[in-house]
This record gives sequence, structure tokens and C-alpha cells, in this order.
Amino acid sequence: MGRFRAPGRGFWGGLAAVPVTVLGLLLVTFVIGRVIPVDPALGLVGDRASADALAAARTGLGLDLPLWRQFLAYLGAVARGDLGMSVLTGRPVLEDVARVFPATLELATLATVLGVGLGVPAGVVAAARRGTWIDHGLRVVGLLGYSVPVFWLGLMGLLLFYARLDWVPGPGRLDVLYEGLVEPRTGLLVVDALLAGEGEVARNALAHLILPASILGLFSVASIARMTRALMLDQLRQEYITTARLKGLSEARVLWGHALGNAAVPLLTVIVLSYASLLEGSVLTEIVFSWPGLGFYITNSLLNADMNAVLGGTLVVGAVFIGLNLLSDGLYRVLDPRTRPP
Amino acid sequence: MTVSPASWRAWLLSEAPASRLQARLGRATRLGLALGHHPLAVAGVGVLAVLLVVVAIGPWLAPQDPAAQNLDARLLPPGTPGFFLGTDELGRDILSRLLCGARPTLGIVALVAVSVAPLGLVVGSVAGTVGGWIDAVLMRVTDIFLAFPRLILALALVGALGPGLENAVLAIALTSWPPYARLARAETLAVRRSDFIAAARLYGASTPRLVVRHVMPLCLGSVIVRLTLDMAGIILTAAGLGFLGLGAQPPSPEWGAMVSSGRKVLLDHWWVATMPGVAICVVALAFNLLGDGLRDVLDPKDTPTR
Repeated sequence: MGRFRAPGRGFWGGLAAVPVTVLGLLLVTFVIGRVIPVDPALGLVGDRASADALAAARTGLGLDLPLWRQFLAYLGAVARGDLGMSVLTGRPVLEDVARVFPATLELATLATVLGVGLGVPAGVVAAARRGTWIDHGLRVVGLLGYSVPVFWLGLMGLLLFYARLDWVPGPGRLDVLYEGLVEPRTGLLVVDALLAGEGEVARNALAHLILPASILGLFSVASIARMTRALMLDQLRQEYITTARLKGLSEARVLWGHALGNAAVPLLTVIVLSYASLLEGSVLTEIVFSWPGLGFYITNSLLNADMNAVLGGTLVVGAVFIGLNLLSDGLYRVLDPRTRPP
Repeated sequence: MTVSPASWRAWLLSEAPASRLQARLGRATRLGLALGHHPLAVAGVGVLAVLLVVVAIGPWLAPQDPAAQNLDARLLPPGTPGFFLGTDELGRDILSRLLCGARPTLGIVALVAVSVAPLGLVVGSVAGTVGGWIDAVLMRVTDIFLAFPRLILALALVGALGPGLENAVLAIALTSWPPYARLARAETLAVRRSDFIAAARLYGASTPRLVVRHVMPLCLGSVIVRLTLDMAGIILTAAGLGFLGLGAQPPSPEWGAMVSSGRKVLLDHWWVATMPGVAICVVALAFNLLGDGLRDVLDPKDTPTR
């Protein structure tokens, strides 16, 4: 996965680069906010306001200052956790984001669980049976996973499993009947319902979750299976595998114990990165399933020209992305003894 | 002079090419022959060839006008005489729209490809050749863009610039170039200390000349392979923006936007959303199959040792 940093690069180097990256992220969101064709002051006072009122509003928003001072003011505001007010909901953007984020987290987590649960065994089997029809079949299925537009697959899933077969409930996080029964604590509906002892609500929430999570997880099944296969093939070439086989260990033990064990560390970093890309990739899935998560929030704000909310959401996703990248580097550092100084 | 296929083949595969052209054609031929042993890659090439024909002459192949609305013929199912794949909610022929939609859909992809690859190539090869603080700054910028979530940044950009085909291209391009810069820099570092670079420098070649004439051509191959592998992802992102209503605007028959319009009538009229989705999927799969085959052929690490 070329977009991700190669694992094993100095962790401290990566850590030192984080402030620069975050600053770059802020600069980009700031610039995007500046080049909007809509004048924020005009949006505030309306287009029939007098020139004086407009000028006053511009001064009030700090739009008459030089750009670098505006950027510093923006940095200060972000540091205080002030991402501006959402025009659409009338609440602070940070509050909104905190409210919708658990829904995305829930979706991406289950999708990653599915991705690991199916992708790792598929990759191991493909590596062990390399060149056979199983390997080729898994490869085609994997490429298919890379090729299907997720929004379309979501629609097809709804059509088949909801409308035709009636196996799963429709879009949204809960049936209307169950809404508001559970006090939000973690924001993760299934967990909240279980904490409150509402088994039926939990079951309903899980039923709503299963289809979007599977659709979203398909991509990560494909990418995790492919990486597992490549990492396993690297391991199976090593001499210790020959040794293990010569010692008379069973093939299952060699594969799942020795080879997979040694492939586990790089695999873990791949999984963390795939989790990060799912948090982002859920945008289209959330739209299709009317899933009130971060992607839905950002897109909805975008369609309503609520730029504060869009940029705030972008900033949060970017920050989570950077954090998970760092975590993946750190994990590699901690778990792989070869990266430790002698 | 008689030119038989056999002598052509011998000329192309000659171990001692007499000219640069012959060497290049020879390399391409070997690559093509190796790809020929990959049934999946051949299938991908086949689909892409058909697709190119559709892009070229699609509007003439279309049985109906793709924009002609016919409210009497709304939502006809596939197989209706005259409407092979059915009609959409405005009575437009879906087959004709698919055939004409290949242009805007692939147009986005082509524009992204021709803007992303040169940008990455320039940034990467300059950073690698010049080194020093320029390298550090350029790579830092690349890392910053690499750390961004691609679709979300594209969303924010399109939101700021307004929806439309050009802005969608710009947004996707701005978020896709960093891997190419990385790749080109790695290739550059590999050749930077070569004798031929030192020789060119001794001849008095300036740094821009070194980059353009001597370094960039060497990076081009791997950048092109990478581009093939990325094509499917670019198609899916572009279709996703179209689906959100941020790409090509109606009545353009862009495939992602067609899925989006089919969404409203999904439960009773499945074909409106299904057909364009299948088209996106087939094209993306074809690019993936070709890219996968190319990688197998070019990366000796992953070939069976037999």
C-alpha cells in the first residue's frame, strides 16, 4: 500500500514529524476555508445588508487582518478546541463531531473485525496453496473487492437483503420503535444497550450494523488477505521454515504457528492502517445507509454549504489518521525486537 | 526486402539492439509476451480495448439520444424492445447513457492521470537529484499530503470550489500525487550516484537538464506501472464524487451520478442503479487485472521459482 509509510522507519523521526504534519493539515484546511467563493461575512449579514454592516461583520470575523494573522488566530482557536459553529445545527462543530464519531467508530471497528477474521485466513491459505485454483480464486475475489464501488454495493445489498429477502432491517442505526430507549454513554449503540441491559435494543442495533459493516469490510478483507499472502510468502521462503519441516512439525503448525507468528508484526501495522482508511472510507457507506456518522455529517454539511462543519470534520479525520499512522509505527517499534537498538 | 512475422520477431527480440528504438520496442515486446501468459491480465486488456472503442465511438453506437427524455417510456424494465437495458426515471435509454457516459467517466480518470504522474515525477526527481534542504522540504510536503484522508480532502476541496467535473479532477489529483513523488524519489536515489550521471555532470549538464534528460526517463517506467495499479482507485473515487453529486453535473451521463439517480427508485426499479454500477465495476476490475499482471511480470520476487 504505497500511500502508507513503510513500516520500520524511525519511530522518533516519525514522532518529530507529527507537529509539522499537523501544522500542514491545519494550513490546508485554512487555505480551503479561505478560497471558498462564499464570503463568510456575507453569509452572516445576508446579501441585502449595507456596505457598512458588511464591513463591520468582516472586522468582527477578523477577515480584514493579514492572512498570516488570520492563520495564527485560527491556530489559537483550534488549540482551544474551537472549530467554529455549525450553521446547520447551530452547535459548536467539535460537539457535533464528538456526537457523530462513535457511529463511524462502531461501523469501522466491526468492518475491521470482519476484515481480519476473513482476510488473514484467506491470505494464509492462498500462500500455502500458491499457484493452485484456490490461490487464483482468492486473488480474483480480492481484486473484485478492490473494484466494486462501495456505494453501489451498499445499494445492491439493501435491495437484496432488506427489500427482497427481508433478512436485515433498513437504513439507519435503529428501528424507530427502539429510538431513545437507551441513554447514550459511549455513543456505541450496541455497547450502550448492553450496558443498560436492553438486550432487544442491542440485537436491533447489531442487525442494523451488520450489512453496512460487511459492505465496508469487503475492501479491508481484500487488502488484508493480499498483504497476509505476501508476508506469508516472504516467511515461507526462509530457512527456518525448512528446518521446522525437517524436524517433522505438522504443516499446520509450520503455517499458522511459525510463519504467521513471524508475519504478525508487519501484519498488525497493516491492520491498523486499514482501520484508518476505513474511518475515512465509510463516507460513502454512511450516505447509502443513512448512517449518522462523521462521513454523513461532513457530506451533509457540504451539501448545505456549512464550511465550518466540513473543515472541522476534515481536521478531526486527518488528526485521527495521523495518530493511527504513528500508532502503527510505534507498534512496529515495540513489537519487533529487530528494530530495537542492540 | 521481405518482412515476415518471424524476422520481425527476431528483430524485436534481438539480444543486441542496434538502435534505441529497437531496444525500446524489444523491451515492450518482451513485456507483452510475458503478459500474454497471464490469462487474467489478457482479459483485462481485452475489456480495456473494448472500452477504448466505446470512448471513441460510443455516441454513434448508442441506439437513442442519451439526453432525450420520454416521459411515456419511464422506468421500462430491461429487455423492452428498443430499450435493451431499460429506461431511467426520465425515460432515457440506459444503454445509450452508459455508452455515452464512458467519456466523462474516463475523462476524469485520464485528466487525473496526466496531471498526477508528471507532478509526482517532477517533485520526486528534483528532490532526489538536488538533495539537501530542497529534498527535505519537498518530502515533508509530500508526507503531509500522504497523511490526508483522500476522499475527505477531495470532499472539502470540491465543497470550497463548487461541484463540477474540473474541480473533481483537481481534488482527486491534489490528493493522489504524493505516492508518485515518493516512487520517483526512490528511483532517483538509486541512480543518483551512477557513472552516467557523473559523466553528464562533468560534461557540464545543468541540474535541470540532468533531471529532465537523464533522471526522469528512468523513473517513468515504474510511475506508469503504479498508475495502472491506481487507475481503479481513481475511477472509484471519481464515481464516488459523482454519486455524491459533486462530480459531473446532470444531465451528463457520468456513471457514478447515474447510480445516484437510480438510488431514488431502487426498491421498485432495480435496473436504473444496477447497470451503471456494473459498468464501473467491470472497468475498475479490468484495470486491476492488468495492473496485477504487470506487477507480476515486473516484480521477479513474486514469480514462482521453478
